[in-house]
Amino acid sequence: MSDRTAAPGASHLPGDVTAEDANTRLKRGSRVNGSAVVMTLYLLFLFIPIYWLINMSLKTNSEILGSFSLFPQDLTFRNYEIILTDASWYMGYVNSLIYVMMNTVISITVALPAAYAFSRYNFMGDKHLFFWLLTNRMAPPAVFALPFFQLYSSVGLFDTHIAVALAHCLFNVPLAVWILEGFMRGVPKEIDETAYIDGYSFGRFFTRIFMPLISSGIGVAAFFCFMFSWVELLLSRTLTSVDAKPIAATMTRTQGAAGIDWGVLAAAGVLTIIPGALVIYFVRNYIAKGFALGRV
Amino acid sequence: MKTDNQKAWLLVLPVLVLVAFSAVVPLMTVVNYSVQDTFGNNQFFWAGLAWFDDMLHSERMWNALGRQIVFSSIILAIEVPLGIFIALNMPKKGAWASVCLVLMSLPLLIPWNVVGTIWQIFGRVDIGLLGYTLDALGIDYNYTQGFYAAWTTVIIMDVWHWTSLVALLAYAGLRSIPDAYYQAAKIDQASRWAVFRYIELPKMRGVLTIAILLRFMDSFKIYTEPFVLTGGGPGNATTFLSIDLVQMALGQFDLGPAAAFSLMYFLVIMVISYVFYIVMTNLDKEEQGQ
Repeated sequence: MSDRTAAPGASHLPGDVTAEDANTRLKRGSRVNGSAVVMTLYLLFLFIPIYWLINMSLKTNSEILGSFSLFPQDLTFRNYEIILTDASWYMGYVNSLIYVMMNTVISITVALPAAYAFSRYNFMGDKHLFFWLLTNRMAPPAVFALPFFQLYSSVGLFDTHIAVALAHCLFNVPLAVWILEGFMRGVPKEIDETAYIDGYSFGRFFTRIFMPLISSGIGVAAFFCFMFSWVELLLSRTLTSVDAKPIAATMTRTQGAAGIDWGVLAAAGVLTIIPGALVIYFVRNYIAKGFALGRV
Repeated sequence: MKTDNQKAWLLVLPVLVLVAFSAVVPLMTVVNYSVQDTFGNNQFFWAGLAWFDDMLHSERMWNALGRQIVFSSIILAIEVPLGIFIALNMPKKGAWASVCLVLMSLPLLIPWNVVGTIWQIFGRVDIGLLGYTLDALGIDYNYTQGFYAAWTTVIIMDVWHWTSLVALLAYAGLRSIPDAYYQAAKIDQASRWAVFRYIELPKMRGVLTIAILLRFMDSFKIYTEPFVLTGGGPGNATTFLSIDLVQMALGQFDLGPAAAFSLMYFLVIMVISYVFYIVMTNLDKEEQGQ
């Protein structure tokens, strides 16, 4: 009998947790260590490349190219200084954050009522519509790069934040609808009916009662919208030139005539990881709960 | 269960308008280009299905499609079992569980070009830990020149990047299994394998279908990471469909062929995803029927 079968099944009183855990741990022995070893190896696999990036960002270029060492011999923050003091660098981060947030807000706002409709009602063509929405999630951005460029240029939105935010709706709106629909299906329909009988209008019911009920779903959907908009390069690069240029596109600057400026490139990379890490930290509980409840 | 209500269309309307603007209009532009030819000056001529015919006989497209299918199959074959394995080994609760969740999600939120940069820096023979170590061990490794080295690096990069997504989804599926199932298995003295095969795997089916669907769709449109890492090289070794398409559309500005290519590309993804979607909705029905 292995531990996995025993562990989740062992129900214990809250006060009893430590003793019980210690007890099962003794019984489990090597198997627990096996899991710990697997997780340690996997996390090492994830973090060694990231460590290497951080290591590079703290070295001077001459050290990067001249010698090989596992940690910076001659610690320097100059690479970060270059980025944080040059507006054309740090505005890249600001631009990215602006359009990512715009996109998240737009996507969630339009997806909420639509997801409600899909989860509660049958209407003409609903299934086709739902699949058609999903096909947009499948569309390769490469297919859309050129038409987007022409469309947004012709309506005068080229090189604005809203252009990128709208373009990213292409894949984020379907995803948000998909996730939110999964969460809303879990809310019993009787709640809606009771609220209507109690005299709530649709708008008031939706914002006061329904949205708090699916708040973890909204959290998860927002997280995914943030994620897919933040990491995208192709569309955001195609639709911007100066004013709304994302950090991902700014990073190509490091490839100068004299080769690649590895130190600055690495520092810029490290700084792009930070917003993501912060977002994960704030939504970590939603993720654990949300993953379990919803579809994604 | 659900009630008929045609007014629900009003709730869907905002999405419809938005997606029409951001998807239908551009897609129609593509359709437009795919059946026309131009000699510049914005003068277009009807070309019928010539471009489609061209592309269907283009070795370049078939090669890119072949590479794409091989790539997607390999990464699915690695990431799905590995993701399940990791999920089974994740801590069940407590502080370590949330630490693991946070740490594992991190690669998912790194911009895709930075993922390319990380592996570029990590894999280079002169400055990268991986490249340097392999070189010191006497292994001939250079991802910018060697065919196998390039493929291996691109695949490991993708595994590094996306296995966590599969693992997190599988983990969520595992978390939703009621304790009673495990207790029943314990009473029946089920083996570890039997518990996995007959309890955990069936219960994870729903989330795993989503994971496979998402991973398939995203790997089929992969562009940025291999573009930064190898630029599609050496030669054409890692030129996947999107890289090829962008080269054709934005690099050479061959609008007609690129548009025809786009539509066929989109169609392939859609057909495969439709099959997944049907399988998934059938699974949902089965679950509701139970």
